[in-house]
Amino acid sequence: MISIGALVLGLLIVGAVTAMLLKRQLREKYAVLWLVIGLAVLLLGIFPEALLWLTLALGFQLPANLIFTLAITLLLAASLHLSYELTRSEERLRRLAEETAIARLAQSRLEADVAELKALARNRQITDDE
Amino acid sequence: MRSMGAASERLLIIVPAWNEANNVGATVAEIRATLPDADIVVVDDGSTDDTGLVARSAGAEVLTLPYNMGVGGAMRTGYAYAQRHDYDAAIQVDADGQHNPEDIARILGGLESADISIGARFAEVGTYQASGPRRWAMLFLAGAISRIARTKLTDVTSGFRAANRRAIDQYVTYYPAEYLGDTIDSLVAALHANLTVTQVPVAMRPRMSGNPSQGFIGSAVYLARSIFAMSLAVVRRPMRGRA
Repeated sequence: MISIGALVLGLLIVGAVTAMLLKRQLREKYAVLWLVIGLAVLLLGIFPEALLWLTLALGFQLPANLIFTLAITLLLAASLHLSYELTRSEERLRRLAEETAIARLAQSRLEADVAELKALARNRQITDDE
Repeated sequence: MRSMGAASERLLIIVPAWNEANNVGATVAEIRATLPDADIVVVDDGSTDDTGLVARSAGAEVLTLPYNMGVGGAMRTGYAYAQRHDYDAAIQVDADGQHNPEDIARILGGLESADISIGARFAEVGTYQASGPRRWAMLFLAGAISRIARTKLTDVTSGFRAANRRAIDQYVTYYPAEYLGDTIDSLVAALHANLTVTQVPVAMRPRMSGNPSQGFIGSAVYLARSIFAMSLAVVRRPMRGRA
């Protein structure tokens, strides 16, 4: 007996992740987790018996309990991972902001020096012309 | 235009400033009058007022951050600049006028015996008063860091601090932007990296304009946050390499 709901959900996840990967909207390192989840849902849709068997084997009272436990654990792990990645990219952003500030000052100094040199060269040309 | 002094010891004065257009001009002018040979760099921490403009016309170099990053972010930018331009020492002076430029030379004197020298309130000089949870927080932090530093420190949250080359390198490697991380965590990380710290007693002046924060609840939150920041700082492993 195939579970249509789980099948559709699994297909949707796998389809969406694949589409985003192809459009370069998702990096591989994040895609792997979602592909695994999508495939797991897909498998459960095709073999719902596997869920019943797992429920018994792991000692859960109801299949729904197992599903919810798995879902919550996965979501927690996924959001923790995102916070980790966010922290890392914030730190990198900080380095970049520092670099732009230093580069900006260096550039404005150079511009001032160049303007000074240009004025000097112009003055010399005028005196040469005379 | 550039005032790269010919003196053997090159000093950079780092002034972090966020919306301090009212104070930064006077602060820079006062520093220049006190220490004509030092280079001053104001780190404009994403100000929305004329802080950068005022600082520049007062005669400081200005590092402009694209958005507000907090004192920690501003200071690491300053230390990165100091490292890039090969300064021998750098000292943080707040833009709001609380730090007296007259004390800079004395705090730098502390670098003869240590890598980091802190200008400390409470050290029997001046009239700085704190009470309630805020005072407990400062005592707790001072006690905890003194144990790690194996020297008596009374005011570890003071931003008025000087760094030699070793400390500048350390700060560039690790200087958190987090609240309290900029003073506490950076100091503990430096101690873990075997740098030495000393303190010099100074008096703090009242802010020139604008008002300091905090009632009782604010101080209580401050206490909780300092315990949290301190615990993290102590347990953390020394940082290796850049993020």
